[in-house]
Amino acid sequence: MWQALRNELHPKGLELVTVGLDALGNEGCRAFIEAAKPEHPSLIDRHHVMADLFGITNIPQSVWIDESGMIVRPAETAPPPPRDGPTLARLNVPADLPQRFVEIMAEAVKIKSDADEYHAALRDWVENGAKSRFAMSPEKVVERSRPRDNAKSLGHAHFALATQLEMDGHHDAAVRHFREAHRLVPESWTFRRQAWSLEKVVDGPLQRFWQGPNPADPNAWPYDGDWLADVKREGAENYNERWRP
Amino acid sequence: MLLRSLSIPKREFEEGTGWALKPEGACRGDVCIPLSKRAGEVVDVAQVANDIGMPLVEEREYGWWALGPATFGSRALASAEAPDLKLPDLAGKEFRLSSLRGQKVLLYAWAPY
Repeated sequence: MWQALRNELHPKGLELVTVGLDALGNEGCRAFIEAAKPEHPSLIDRHHVMADLFGITNIPQSVWIDESGMIVRPAETAPPPPRDGPTLARLNVPADLPQRFVEIMAEAVKIKSDADEYHAALRDWVENGAKSRFAMSPEKVVERSRPRDNAKSLGHAHFALATQLEMDGHHDAAVRHFREAHRLVPESWTFRRQAWSLEKVVDGPLQRFWQGPNPADPNAWPYDGDWLADVKREGAENYNERWRP
Repeated sequence: MLLRSLSIPKREFEEGTGWALKPEGACRGDVCIPLSKRAGEVVDVAQVANDIGMPLVEEREYGWWALGPATFGSRALASAEAPDLKLPDLAGKEFRLSSLRGQKVLLYAWAPY
């Protein structure tokens, strides 16, 4: 989807740079990247420097940068390009899908996306550059970026430690630092999702998406929240901030 | 920024944090923050981090430190100048965002979870 968009807009002066945020690095990202066969830069971000440098708090999110290296739109939800024709309102659910995934999908379909607005703005910017009303002034870019105080920065430091410890095989120590990151930066979905995805509750290709307790042993879950509980508590309709120009 | 030691070469500090250590202080874009002690070729990370407002966390058991991002301006972005993102691709080759000067860039964050 993004590849097709990139092919269309690249001759007009846009380059796509995709960044996989995963402490598991190549091991986590390889299958997805090799399936996509990107012709654009496709990078691996094990420590989530994208959060430190650009304020990324969830995926998928994007940052727009102009030809002179100035950010013209800070981190915001980046919905996939809208499909031509009707979208699927309901997915065919396999009969043997674990109950948790049935519930996850039920929440996921409630998550709002402003794909039409975002992609119209993107094309407008590619066409009109600095004259586009969707390209923000430097002052507006800074103002639109999220607040960050010392406590949040501390949370980022804990998160970086957690990813390093996980890479080095010290999982329990990683969990301690992930928990601190969650406490200090409660609005970051990436800090939570990354941590949750590293708990091996089920085997197989869905392992990283379970992101919650084992129903047979719920007390073993080392985090205060999980994907389903947090989305239900915060509301799926609030999962992504609404796009605004 | 992840560290093994609190005394590191100046170049390493500058590359890792994006702050340049000059006689007038720690500088990024058009912002300079005075330092309590002028930085030499080896940087006292704890002192400079304190001056710039970057929190420091220790993981004593495994010998790591982490410096949190600067909070100057109290926002995720202190300026609209894009930092020169440096990350490897799948082949391990380092990519720098500045290599794309002259093109518009859509920087897209995703995850396999």
